[in-house]
Amino acid sequence: MARTVIPFGPQHPVLPEPIMLDLVVEDEKVVEAIPKIGFVHRGLEKLVEKKDFHEFVFVAERVCGICSFIHGQTYCQAVEQIMGVAVPPRAHYLRTIWGELSRLHSHLLWLGLLADGFGFESLFMHSWRVREKVLNIIEATTGGRVIFGTCKVGGVRRDIDTAAMQSLLAQLAVIEKDMREIVDVFLEDNSVKRRLCGVGVLAKDDAYQLGCVGPMARASGLTQDMRQLGYAAFGELTFQPITRPEGDSFARCAVRCGELFQSVDLIRQAAARLPTGEIEVKVTGNPNGEFAARTEQPRGEVVYYVKANGTKNLQRFRVRTPTFANIPALVKLLPGCDLADVPILVLTIDPCISCTER
Amino acid sequence: MAYFRMTQMALKWAISKPATNPYPFAPRVIIPGSRGLLTFNKDTCVYCSVCRKKCPTGAIGVNRHQKKWAIDRLRCISCGYCVEACPKDSLALSTSHGSPAVTKDREIYQGEMPAPKAPAAAPAPVPAG
Ligand code: SF4
Ligand code: SF4
Repeated sequence: MARTVIPFGPQHPVLPEPIMLDLVVEDEKVVEAIPKIGFVHRGLEKLVEKKDFHEFVFVAERVCGICSFIHGQTYCQAVEQIMGVAVPPRAHYLRTIWGELSRLHSHLLWLGLLADGFGFESLFMHSWRVREKVLNIIEATTGGRVIFGTCKVGGVRRDIDTAAMQSLLAQLAVIEKDMREIVDVFLEDNSVKRRLCGVGVLAKDDAYQLGCVGPMARASGLTQDMRQLGYAAFGELTFQPITRPEGDSFARCAVRCGELFQSVDLIRQAAARLPTGEIEVKVTGNPNGEFAARTEQPRGEVVYYVKANGTKNLQRFRVRTPTFANIPALVKLLPGCDLADVPILVLTIDPCISCTER
Repeated sequence: MAYFRMTQMALKWAISKPATNPYPFAPRVIIPGSRGLLTFNKDTCVYCSVCRKKCPTGAIGVNRHQKKWAIDRLRCISCGYCVEACPKDSLALSTSHGSPAVTKDREIYQGEMPAPKAPAAAPAPVPAG
């Protein structure tokens, strides 16, 4: 059987962002996938030389358009560690709440894209309808819809007062109800199941060896969630990482569906325990030293390496994003699959290309 | 039957109002606290340039001697860093998104000059961001 090479991307209907895969196919079966990245490289890491470390939070937030808040938060955590800044507990809790809101909207976005990817248009619309409500909460509490802009070195910029918190929780109850409806379709509907079950099975050992992170690893049975490190307020909240043993596309969908409700629960816990007091501390001086901060993004673990030399500009800044860590697993999954399954498999790693390339 | 999980939802939405807002025929729902257009109050500004130095995108230009304050709307990302930094509270973010910026011109505001002793020099351009 002759082999053919089919380019998948960088412009492809299922891809919100450009990544390219050269698919070597025999008949309808993929035998090899060669990934190419680098279409949206923006050189953000180099920008540390131009922007001072306070300003750089705005750049860090723009590393990714979906998990923006957690990028800013991770960057702040790294700089705060270097400088020995003690962030007030209230700021930690607010960061937790916003981080979980951002996970909610990211997962709802992904569920919509997945539904779109397998041709379930109405489900896609409904996922995004619910996501819109989350975005409204975010806009009301932070001022931005996807770029929150509230995290700063030393704390947060905005507070959520009691009235706003009550309204947030009331809206969250409605959102939870809406989410139950759509998650029910994702997890119970036979047409969805037949499209996802058994597609792209990644064994637990492979997931471990290929260094998978986030929902991708948890769907293969690895109990790995950076929130267990207890950064921000996660150390004081109770939660268990959601895992599935199957390792197929359906498991990855189910893990993210489970995390929606986990996030709602975490927001409720954080809101109930929200301490009173300051939301920021004054930060003086310049950082000197290095630190690698790790947090859990909707897509998995992100690592921020920050090196400072005592001037207002950082010396080195490096980000290892979750999608980058999951690409080897994708390349492992694709050989042997049907050509028609490629879009689903690419989507199930929740590719976020602009943060992969920074 | 598990094949028709969507049907219930579809029927419910078939008889409910659309979730979307028919903008521009219906007004935009404004969320209080949203970060929108940057507004400038030239009466309180002292042209200290703090906002120009803080702005992460270099959208603001200030000329202290000519009392000019300028903004490049295409560059402004409505982050609010200048609002925080301004010692005179001359800047604010409104919830409106303003009219779309279609040119790269800067919006220039001229403060009132103290009347007599200003020498009639040729106006120099506002320094870039
Ligand atoms: S910081 Fe405030 S007072 Fe100073 S130039 Fe800017 S707007 Fe004017
Ligand atoms: S809001 Fe931000 S981007 Fe806009 S002028 Fe102020 S500091 Fe610059």
